[in-house]
Amino acid sequence: MTTSALAQASNAAIYATMVSLTFAMVAFAVSFAAGRRRVPAVAASVGVREGGGSVAVLTRPSDADEQPEAGRRSANIAMSLTWLSFVLLLAGVVMRGLWAGRVPWGNMYEFSISAALATLAAFLFLSLRSDIRWLGLFVVIPVLLTLGMAVTVLYTEAAQLVPALKSYWLVIHVSAAVVCSGAFTIAAATAGVGLLKGGLERRAVARTGSSDGVLARVPSVERLESFTNRVVAFSFPLWTFAVVAGAIWAENAWGRYWGWDPKETWAFITWVIFAAYLHARSTAGWRGTKASWIAIVGWLAFLINYFGVNFFVNSLHSYAGVS
Amino acid sequence: MSAGQERVAPLPPLGGLGFARWAWRQLTSMKTALILLFLLAIASIPGSILPQQGNDPLKVKEWIAGSPSVGRLLQSLGFFDVFAAPWFAAVYLLLFISLIGCVIPRARQHWRAMLAPPPSAPRNLDRLGGTVTLDVNVAPAEVLAGAAEYLRRHRWRVVSGPAVTTDGAQWVSAEKGYLRETGNLVFHVALLLILASVAVGGLFGWKGNVIVKEGGGFANTVTQYDAWGGGRFVDSDSLTPFSFSLDSFDVDFEREGSQRGAPKYFEAKVTYRDDPAAPQQESVIEVNAPLEVDRAKVFLVGHGYAPHFVVKDARGTVVFNDAVVFLPQDGNFTSTGVVKIPDSEPQLGLRGLFLPTALIDKIKGGQSVFPGPDNPAVFLSAWTGDLGLDTGMPQSVYRLDSESMTQIGLGTLRPGQIWDWQEGSGSVMFTGFDRWASFQIAYDPGKEGALISSALAITGLMLSLFVRRRRIWVKVLDPAGATTVVQVAGLTRSSSLDDIDLGALTDDIDALVREISRAEATPKEHL
Repeated sequence: MTTSALAQASNAAIYATMVSLTFAMVAFAVSFAAGRRRVPAVAASVGVREGGGSVAVLTRPSDADEQPEAGRRSANIAMSLTWLSFVLLLAGVVMRGLWAGRVPWGNMYEFSISAALATLAAFLFLSLRSDIRWLGLFVVIPVLLTLGMAVTVLYTEAAQLVPALKSYWLVIHVSAAVVCSGAFTIAAATAGVGLLKGGLERRAVARTGSSDGVLARVPSVERLESFTNRVVAFSFPLWTFAVVAGAIWAENAWGRYWGWDPKETWAFITWVIFAAYLHARSTAGWRGTKASWIAIVGWLAFLINYFGVNFFVNSLHSYAGVS
Repeated sequence: MSAGQERVAPLPPLGGLGFARWAWRQLTSMKTALILLFLLAIASIPGSILPQQGNDPLKVKEWIAGSPSVGRLLQSLGFFDVFAAPWFAAVYLLLFISLIGCVIPRARQHWRAMLAPPPSAPRNLDRLGGTVTLDVNVAPAEVLAGAAEYLRRHRWRVVSGPAVTTDGAQWVSAEKGYLRETGNLVFHVALLLILASVAVGGLFGWKGNVIVKEGGGFANTVTQYDAWGGGRFVDSDSLTPFSFSLDSFDVDFEREGSQRGAPKYFEAKVTYRDDPAAPQQESVIEVNAPLEVDRAKVFLVGHGYAPHFVVKDARGTVVFNDAVVFLPQDGNFTSTGVVKIPDSEPQLGLRGLFLPTALIDKIKGGQSVFPGPDNPAVFLSAWTGDLGLDTGMPQSVYRLDSESMTQIGLGTLRPGQIWDWQEGSGSVMFTGFDRWASFQIAYDPGKEGALISSALAITGLMLSLFVRRRRIWVKVLDPAGATTVVQVAGLTRSSSLDDIDLGALTDDIDALVREISRAEATPKEHL
């Protein structure tokens, strides 16, 4: 394939991804609407009882979690469309890399499509292990927004890397950061769903004595929080690694491993917030709602680091390729 | 810093010691640690928004000049040097003290836990929930021995219960996942080590910047640097005596596409020696490939043009013949610089604008449209009078103080052209240009320590997040019974109540139950 054909194919694949994801979003939304039903508040009871002190007592979750038929079909369609989107996006990113003749992480357009790919990959990987179709809507929306932003605001033609980026550390540092972007997004999504569900439940219980059904098919708030915790527990060491790898690279490129460049500062802030999240998870009174908010704030700090620092602050990391 | 429970502090008892104890307990509580973490995050934000002294002192000056009253206030509060400000230090020092106050008792506790055998089985395993009870046709001793053997093989710490207890039960108790707490402690200690390494780098390290022209040289003494800064314990008179010369500097720019003008590569070819007596060696310094000389590193951080001028006075004697470093002002290397000639009579000064690819516009004047030297030109304004070098005040080599000078003309020159500024009173020839490279040279004795500590921190972090601390008990209820009734139960000890812990424990119990059941299927030796 010639480079211009690769370019066209890559762009076409990205657009096709967006179309397919839009349909996935609609299907996820339909499955939500169809899943609306009334359930007694007890149905959302805790799967884990707290024992004495910090000791948890094992209670086996009942396997017979009833699956409402309504909405299942559209959720399945949505999952298939998400798989299709993933394949299309993977093709788009790979062709972008072939077009540029390097890893596709040279500017913000490429970071963004890779981050979108990482988010979808994280979601689909987790979906193989447990049924998280309820999460789909909240993953597809940020991915679509990211891709939309990528093709409109951030788009740049493929070009050679500027010398500062010519290092194998690009692959190590950026791949870790891109995977974290996906994981943090998922964590923020589950934290957000948990907060929403918790809020709706409290309101519905206060008003009618039973919880409302919009999020009935979503797991219990405690399970959502536990899910968020798992994702953060996975991404926090990886983020630490990404920051350390960045520091090693900075030492090699700029002569110092840490210089409080705005990008470094916000990476540090993100790190501190997620550290606070993990501490909050083991502090009484902070474990639930507050911890969820911290996870969301951490994700926002990550976004500020990605978009804010690249666009509004003069940083050594200004590789946006957008002027 | 992750104690399981919130510590409820009692009211401060009277007396200094009592208050100190109360304050210490408050400081080392988890809630305080959380609040300090948030404070640390918030305190960092101004450092990313306002220009910082360490990164861009010029911007700081501009900012303060732009709004002097606010600027001076912010400056006095340390907002232009956030990461060296006392209030920022206060936050992280408190955080680290809180960390130490938490790590020490936990380390002690963990040490004791490591030495202690797993606790004996609780009286009633049913209460734990998730308990599996099974009836097997194997002798109790054999069941327990098999279970203990299985657990030991899977790296559990195992203790067997007494032969006869009050309720007649026998048991095996096992615990696993001590590395979780070890990892947690290692992680927090590693953070302290990172801080210590940063401090070592700050006290014993140094850093300097220097511009070297093609053909020029550099020897590592403080006086040769354009800017130099060292830690408190650096002896600036005895830096490592390496030296290097810049043989050539090569650069190429993107000519096509949206990134036209972006550099494709740049590299500095240098000859260096570790000390004056050492043999010469050659090397190429690139952006991601610094030169390492005697534990110091030489980084390529910038480059530019140095136009070469030959200036003659009225009698035709050469009073100046050198390349002069011009500083780039934009991405297309529109560069400015000055030439000072104190040896001519009267003194001469030139202000210049160098354009590597000149485009001369009637309205906008001259500008460079490409960073490469496709069509170089210089614009010069010549001045005569007193350069002001004798006043004793230090002067920048990039600025001409024309207060007591008069302008004698303006000229535009291409390479090889000569400009006579006043008939017979002197001339300047623009003979061509060299390139220069700017280097940052840094010595940081703390960086290896920081790297090792970071690796330790990540390892500890992964252990503390992924290892599951859990206990399992196997109990034979009625050893005298016809068949052996075995109960298997477990507990997780993670504080975050994560269901993955419970999942892991369920798997452990199931595996153990399968193992016990398997023993039954094999022929028994003694019945």
